[in-house]
Amino acid sequence: MIRKSVLALVFALGTLPALAIEPGLAAPEFTLASARGPVSLTALKGKVIYLDFWASWCGPCRQSFPWMNEMQAKYAAKGLQIVGVNLDANRGDADKFLAEVPAKFTVAFDPQGDTPKRYAIKGMPTSVLIGSNGKAIEVHSGFRADERQALEEAIASALAAAR
Amino acid sequence: MSHRHTLSALCVLTASLAGCAGFHPPQPWEKGMLAKEAMTMGGDAQEQRFDQHTYNSKEAASGGSGVGGGGCGCN
Repeated sequence: MIRKSVLALVFALGTLPALAIEPGLAAPEFTLASARGPVSLTALKGKVIYLDFWASWCGPCRQSFPWMNEMQAKYAAKGLQIVGVNLDANRGDADKFLAEVPAKFTVAFDPQGDTPKRYAIKGMPTSVLIGSNGKAIEVHSGFRADERQALEEAIASALAAAR
Repeated sequence: MSHRHTLSALCVLTASLAGCAGFHPPQPWEKGMLAKEAMTMGGDAQEQRFDQHTYNSKEAASGGSGVGGGGCGCN
């Protein structure tokens, strides 16, 4: 029988914030809906995953989509899977964005914002490069044109390490 | 109150002390509303310029939107 004081302490500790995703930590598991059925991290184990948190109102996200399409096409055969997690509260906004800027990679939807909370992301957009062992390799906030080269190199070296 | 209940009551009370401090600023992914154009301080550029001109003409004695006027060399 759990003592009442221990139970009360556990409830108090439950209010602590989530541990932020950092390189070296295991990426928290999630299962989200997408246009092609549920998307879960465990199902993609073994692949190098570029997890991108985006929203329709985020300017740099608009810039990042053509680049992500390019990366998915270029490195898919080597084991890269880009997963874009949409964080719009309103699904209509996301669909409108995708009609203007199509995505050639998996797009999952998290309107509740549960996944970014568990990852404790600090900006929009945030991308997490997850290795084939399920551990985060790199966490990157924002997206600028001059960052593409470095991001691509990180992806390429993660794929090389996975083989 | 008996000792058995004091400790658990104290733990719950300490946790509830967070109270209003538990309200956190919006998370990065919750800022969709703030990103709307209507939420910027500016509006129509021409309307802004007009407002600025009116303000400057009324506040001209104390410098308008620039440094304080006066003309006596005190500033």
